[in-house]
Amino acid sequence: MLSKSLLGQPPNRGLGTSRSIWAVLHLDPLLLVLLLVLVSGGLVVLYSGADRNIEVVKAQGVRMAVAFVVMLVFAQLDPSVYRRWAPWLYLVGLGALLAVLLFGVGAKGAQRWLALPGLPRFQPSELMKLVVPMMAAWFLSRHFLPPRLTHVAVSLAIVLIPMAMIIQQPDLGTALLVGTAGLFVVFFAGISWKLIGAFVGMASVAAPLMWFFVMRDYQKQRVLTLLDPQSDPLGAGWNIIQSKTAIGSGGWSGKGWLQGTQSHLEFLPESHTDFIVAVLAEEFGFVGMLALMAVYLLILMRCLYIAVNAQDSFGRLLAGALTMTFFIYIFVNVGMVSGLLPVVGVPLPLISYGGTSIVTLMAAFGVLMSVHTHRRMISA
Amino acid sequence: MPWGEFKDTAAERRLFQRRTLVVFGFVVLMLGGLLGRMYQLQVLEHDTYTTLSDKNRVQVQSVAPTRGLIYDRNGTLLAENRPVFSVTIVPERVSDMDTTLAQLTQLLSISEEDLERFQRRLTEPRRPYQELPLRYDLDEQEIAALAVHRHELPGVEVSAELVRYYPYGEITSHALGYVGRINREELQRIDPVNYAGTNYIGKSGIEYFYEEKLHGRVGYQHVETNARGRTLRVLERENPVPGEDLRLHLDLQLQKLAYQLLDGRRGAIVAVEPTTGGLLALASVPGFDANLFVTGIGVAAYRELSTSHDKPLFNRALRGQYPPGSTIKPMMGIAALDSGVTTRDRVVWDPGYFQLQAGGRRYRDWKRGGHGWVDLTDSIAESCDIYFYDAAVRMGIDTMHDYMDRFGFGQDTSLDVSGALSGLLPSRDWKKAVRNEPWYPGDSVNMGIGQGFLLATPLQLATATAVVANRGTWAEPRLLLDVVGDDSLEAVLPETTRESVVLKNPDDWEFVVNAMAEVMHGRRGTARRAALGAPYRMAGKTGTAQVFSLAQDEEYDEEEVRERLRDHALFVGFAPLDEPKIAVAVIVENGGSGSGTAAPVARAMFDAWLLGFPEDPAPVVIGAHSEGGE
Repeated sequence: MLSKSLLGQPPNRGLGTSRSIWAVLHLDPLLLVLLLVLVSGGLVVLYSGADRNIEVVKAQGVRMAVAFVVMLVFAQLDPSVYRRWAPWLYLVGLGALLAVLLFGVGAKGAQRWLALPGLPRFQPSELMKLVVPMMAAWFLSRHFLPPRLTHVAVSLAIVLIPMAMIIQQPDLGTALLVGTAGLFVVFFAGISWKLIGAFVGMASVAAPLMWFFVMRDYQKQRVLTLLDPQSDPLGAGWNIIQSKTAIGSGGWSGKGWLQGTQSHLEFLPESHTDFIVAVLAEEFGFVGMLALMAVYLLILMRCLYIAVNAQDSFGRLLAGALTMTFFIYIFVNVGMVSGLLPVVGVPLPLISYGGTSIVTLMAAFGVLMSVHTHRRMISA
Repeated sequence: MPWGEFKDTAAERRLFQRRTLVVFGFVVLMLGGLLGRMYQLQVLEHDTYTTLSDKNRVQVQSVAPTRGLIYDRNGTLLAENRPVFSVTIVPERVSDMDTTLAQLTQLLSISEEDLERFQRRLTEPRRPYQELPLRYDLDEQEIAALAVHRHELPGVEVSAELVRYYPYGEITSHALGYVGRINREELQRIDPVNYAGTNYIGKSGIEYFYEEKLHGRVGYQHVETNARGRTLRVLERENPVPGEDLRLHLDLQLQKLAYQLLDGRRGAIVAVEPTTGGLLALASVPGFDANLFVTGIGVAAYRELSTSHDKPLFNRALRGQYPPGSTIKPMMGIAALDSGVTTRDRVVWDPGYFQLQAGGRRYRDWKRGGHGWVDLTDSIAESCDIYFYDAAVRMGIDTMHDYMDRFGFGQDTSLDVSGALSGLLPSRDWKKAVRNEPWYPGDSVNMGIGQGFLLATPLQLATATAVVANRGTWAEPRLLLDVVGDDSLEAVLPETTRESVVLKNPDDWEFVVNAMAEVMHGRRGTARRAALGAPYRMAGKTGTAQVFSLAQDEEYDEEEVRERLRDHALFVGFAPLDEPKIAVAVIVENGGSGSGTAAPVARAMFDAWLLGFPEDPAPVVIGAHSEGGE
């Protein structure tokens, strides 16, 4: 049948006989294998980062299994479902964010969680990482591309409104991820380079204004600490100094698995969560970092390939934006741990210990697989 | 509007492909940038960060050497090191000191005094990350309680350290001195490297004098610690060199006996081995428990010791400066003979008083009616004052000063006894300088019988007596008998510098020694009762020193005043007469007469040393009978 031959056609020709199974499951085997490599390698590093606490590894394993199931579920839904639901999900998401600001719960001066009676506690901003690019893709794909100025303005509003609300919580890391996901939709849609130039110019003017009127003191402190960690070596600068020390002392080939002194002697803070890449760098050295970056790059390449080969604009824009969200995770986390960026709470994707981001990320990969595996007959 | 119907899907696809290419280039660039950063940190700056990482985890700790032990001449341990568990706090690791202290107070019994001392130490200069002790000598239950709550109390540690312990605390306190925690002034003085791990330092006595030998050399260990400062393992260790053990001339049994003999009184006994100058006993009574000072004495306990009328902290043997009274007469006799102002046979009429010129002031003899005609032997045996008044005036201050100087008066002649005072040997110059007065003949009169300006410590009296016992050969008083360690005794003990007292006629020594034997064994000897029944011959001289007044700022009740205005009883002597083995000086404050109170004490010391220690030493009844004193 024509439909059948089309279904399995371009992406996964290499896996030969099993193609029908992957088609039935709506999974992309190459991406799946890459993700499994990353996750299992991550668990090995986590065992060391958690100071040989096998319970932490088990908990993370369980979470991974759940996340893979979530991915499987998301992969089953046709992209058109996401497209149809995008506006409604977006409205629900905005409502939830508003609710968080009004009566959310949280700790350490930040309100990020929503505890609704009868529902498990959840973090609406996490949902927005998927919904904002979906909404932007929905809006822009309804019109001719490249978008007109008014469409760009509307889609920017779609992105910036939830972003501003998340900043208010405050949760700079998530706001950054939500914002970039949305902005990449606009970029992929073909916004003109002139406009991009104008926005960059405006941003450079706005940055100092942000510093004085928007950023909170602790956020400013993080930036200052980044610029000069030695100014507060026992306080906020401690994390940066210690993680750089961990990375640098790893050298070419590292100190060996479980042999990292910085992490095991507790000099490195958050060694199994946000700063886990420093553990990898310390114990596996530059070689280990090369391997990690290679796996990440392969995943990104596969995802961009999926995006390019998507059937319609919505699928392309959504897949491209979600891919770039994943990239921003990597860049911000490694950048902050190696002292290039200020410390914001962004985990190393699929490796850092912690629940919500893993589920969101795997859901995003589910959406990507859905885009890749659900194909409609189109006359050539 | 159906999706895609009017759209140029091919153009949109091409646009997206271009944008994806740009994005892909961006991604590769950024990931490359991250790898570049990693290359910078891990390859280019690797050495820097390796150093930082090692500095984090590897700490160099000083390992304090074990302090040398101190033994008596028979090998009995007088000062040892005992492991003591104490709870210490590293202030740098404590976030909230008040809360931590409050928690500890609930877990352990911590007195106000402990807290006070800790707070004081907190304000004193110290090394960073130094452990400050809060309470010493934890028992097992307290150690367990701390172990349970350890995680709640960062910076709080139970540390075991070797702490000085004096098994015979009070008996040896004045002979050995003691160690204590290093204080502010000492911190300035000591070698910070060698004392890096040391908390205690010799404060007085032998512990102070031989501090360098007893301390040893510091060792080091490189340890791996975690971020919270807990030591995980030792990477490398250079062992400290323990301090050298010292063996003293002191004989614990004799020292004990000296204490028992003076028990309940105030006084001092110094016993010397004349041939070596070795101090066999060095007792000042009352003493104090030196162990109290090691870990830091409480304010109340210290106040009690320091304000006691009996002055237990005062080392009478070394620092008590008393008028020597008649105990000076053997030395004065030597001076008079050798300077030629008198001869062995010359006799003097003693009517009971002495006058510089007819009708002048009468200097009285202790015996109201006088002794009649007396020669030098009689004058020593019966302690006739008139003979020595006369001899003193004939000699004059310059001659007396010269001879007394040769016996070691007016200076500290000890080799390794720290804190000994030099007494006072007056001279013309001294009187001019201090009193701005010339030396009057009357001053010489008084000095002839050891009164007036002359002051001497029990150690000086014992030393001068030993010189007489040696027939002029000097043996500077010393405590150290031997070093158990790398150093030889000669290398450690200060050099001797004193020259023997050489007389024009060496037989004069024997003459004066015989006169001193008459004191003990003669028919009219002042201390004949104390020598009764002795199977050996001994030499001695009794003395009495007047107490003129009490310190103004002290309050005594009436009975105490009467007791404390009594004369001090003194005695010097040695035994046996030929080849003397022991020389002693005894002073019993307010003891009355030397013959009645001090001489029996010396006899008990002689007996013990020459005949053996009694199984159960019978209390020597002192002061029970006075034979006319002086």
